[in-house]
Amino acid sequence: MDGTITGGTTTQEALLRLWDEKRDMLGISDPERVAQLRQNAMQGFRNLGFPHTKLEKWRNTDLSRMLGNAFTFPFEAQIENVDLDEVFKCDVPGFNTFMVAQYNGRYIERGNRLADASRGVIVCSLSEAFSKHADLIEKHFGRYADVENNSLTALNTAFAKEGVFIYVPDNVEVTEIIQVVNIINSDETVFLQPRNLVIAGRNSSLKLVQCDDSIDDHPGFINAVTEVYAGENSVIDHYKLQNKNDRSALVNSMYFQLEAGSSLSTNAISLNGGLIRNETNVKLNGRGSHADVLGVYLMDRNQHVDNQVFIDHAMPDCTSNELFKGILDDHASGVFNGHILVRKDAQRTNAYQNNKNILISDKAVIDTKPFLEIYADDVKCSHGATVGQLDPEAMFYLRSRGISQDNARMLLMYAFAAEIVNRISIPQLRLRIDDLVKKRLRGELSVCDQCVLHCNAREQKVAFEIDMSKI
Amino acid sequence: MLSIKNLRVSINNKEILKGVNLEVRPGEVHAIMGPNGTGKSTLASVISGREIFTVDEGEILYKGKNLLDMPVEDRASEGIFLGFQYPVEIPGVSITNFMRTAVNEQRKYHGLDPMPANEFLAKMEEKKKMLEIHAKLANRSVNEGFSGGEKKKNEIFQMAMLEPSLAILDETDSGLDIDALKIVASGVNKLRRPDNAFVVITHYQRLLEYIVPDIVHVLFDGRIVRSGGKELAIELEEKGYEWIKAELV
Repeated sequence: MDGTITGGTTTQEALLRLWDEKRDMLGISDPERVAQLRQNAMQGFRNLGFPHTKLEKWRNTDLSRMLGNAFTFPFEAQIENVDLDEVFKCDVPGFNTFMVAQYNGRYIERGNRLADASRGVIVCSLSEAFSKHADLIEKHFGRYADVENNSLTALNTAFAKEGVFIYVPDNVEVTEIIQVVNIINSDETVFLQPRNLVIAGRNSSLKLVQCDDSIDDHPGFINAVTEVYAGENSVIDHYKLQNKNDRSALVNSMYFQLEAGSSLSTNAISLNGGLIRNETNVKLNGRGSHADVLGVYLMDRNQHVDNQVFIDHAMPDCTSNELFKGILDDHASGVFNGHILVRKDAQRTNAYQNNKNILISDKAVIDTKPFLEIYADDVKCSHGATVGQLDPEAMFYLRSRGISQDNARMLLMYAFAAEIVNRISIPQLRLRIDDLVKKRLRGELSVCDQCVLHCNAREQKVAFEIDMSKI
Repeated sequence: MLSIKNLRVSINNKEILKGVNLEVRPGEVHAIMGPNGTGKSTLASVISGREIFTVDEGEILYKGKNLLDMPVEDRASEGIFLGFQYPVEIPGVSITNFMRTAVNEQRKYHGLDPMPANEFLAKMEEKKKMLEIHAKLANRSVNEGFSGGEKKKNEIFQMAMLEPSLAILDETDSGLDIDALKIVASGVNKLRRPDNAFVVITHYQRLLEYIVPDIVHVLFDGRIVRSGGKELAIELEEKGYEWIKAELV
């Protein structure tokens, strides 16, 4: 482990110092463009600093408390003592994926072969891609992520080293589901910056599941950036499954570039986490491309979730469809900002946006804001946002059949979330997430569920006896 | 089995029921008729436990137990069923799961184990057949996208599944065409037993041609102003509610 902060140093200062120490090592296999990009990105971060609540886009998400931790910045995570079987354990029966992991930021694979490798599909670490696939790095790395206005993306770009690289050649449909599991398991308070790059060639298709999990109850900060390039007529089905502990912060920035005729579905499922911010940026860069941007969040206690969606309709005849649904209980807080930009040439754009929320307690808060910026004239755009409680009529209806108040509440919450879960097109994944949502609503889901250590007995929430296994 | 004495009920300080008395015995079918806005639906709601009303006076005993002390779900488990005038759409909750949850929660209330899944599904099939419901209910969300007739049939289906001892049907005939009305009525008739009772709330006499009541009550301005046999319904149909009003003045 490197760069432990000593007292009196801010995280920002520590990072700047770390940069000075590590910059030569970081850029070792950089093409010239990327080397320059790192410099610019670092300068960008130096100028902007960490986001703070005076910025409009960060008004309701405060990182300062998390950033006040004394972090370590693992550069060479140790994995000798890791039981890989434990890391790769997936408790979903029948959910077979090609799985790779980032363990405390370090890329590891199980050693089994990707069947599609014979067709030219590549799944490897980003650092390996830098040395072995320089042409692809040169062509795509850092082309889509915003290092000028987004200081966290800039910081990630400057330090980009570890992460997952996925390449699908033209005309290849990847048959396996690729699953990337990001696990933190450390006695120290780590600050990690995974950087992923996904390239899908022309007429290709890819199903990708990214899971963010904590194994223990330690705090941590993840500043992840993923760039996804969807070539012409490609089809990408993407899921983010977030199940972090209450003391962790996760900022997950996605940059999708969609070429003509390509189609993206991305679904952010936030089940647990102290602070989660998903920045989903989609650029519809080719005629006739389409994006479904979906999300569901179930937060309670003092958890905070923030979904920032930016859809850039740059070309004509594109469609985008956003639907985010959330349930917030206790003191949980949520933010939804949906920005749709329709550029001058993007005629015949169809763009829809909807954010629906249920607040269970009167202490829960949601801040939801649509922002439509339209410069073309032949456009269909709509947005909607609702914030409400569970429908009292529906509650009465269920209870009048003998269903207890708690279970009626849970059924209605489940039904509310189901609209998103039902849109998961991978059946095994849908079942798994359905199950996780039910567990979450029953109060049974804990990040410690799968841990062998049982280090802390978490306070168990009320367990309901309803059998929802056959919904 | 149901005994209502001097029931006074208000909402937002406006008195709606002004001293209702009603006795229902096992095996009986009661019809409650009356013009709109006289408190028919309020009476149904208060018996089943809707919480928006304030009970100012009086009591409701059911099989000797004080209903007014019980939460909605316990009343249901005690055997009271309300057929809604406007059944609620619940997207995302399948009818199968809704009914299975309800059946098992009622069983739990009575200290019984949950009904095994195969037994439950067989029961659903049996009741569908009995009620001549052909649509594939099982995987549909509760009432979502149902026509008016389908919603009311679904109410009767739920009643058949839950086997209440007292069913209160609140304007179940409203919005039904004659074919749907016949199916609903025949369902009710098939479910009649010597040990259960029905209270049928309706604005029109039409439904009572198919569900023949033992006793007809006229609710007017928050009171039951007249009770009689099934011929009272026919008389009302012929003379209209103006006749009752005129008599009262």
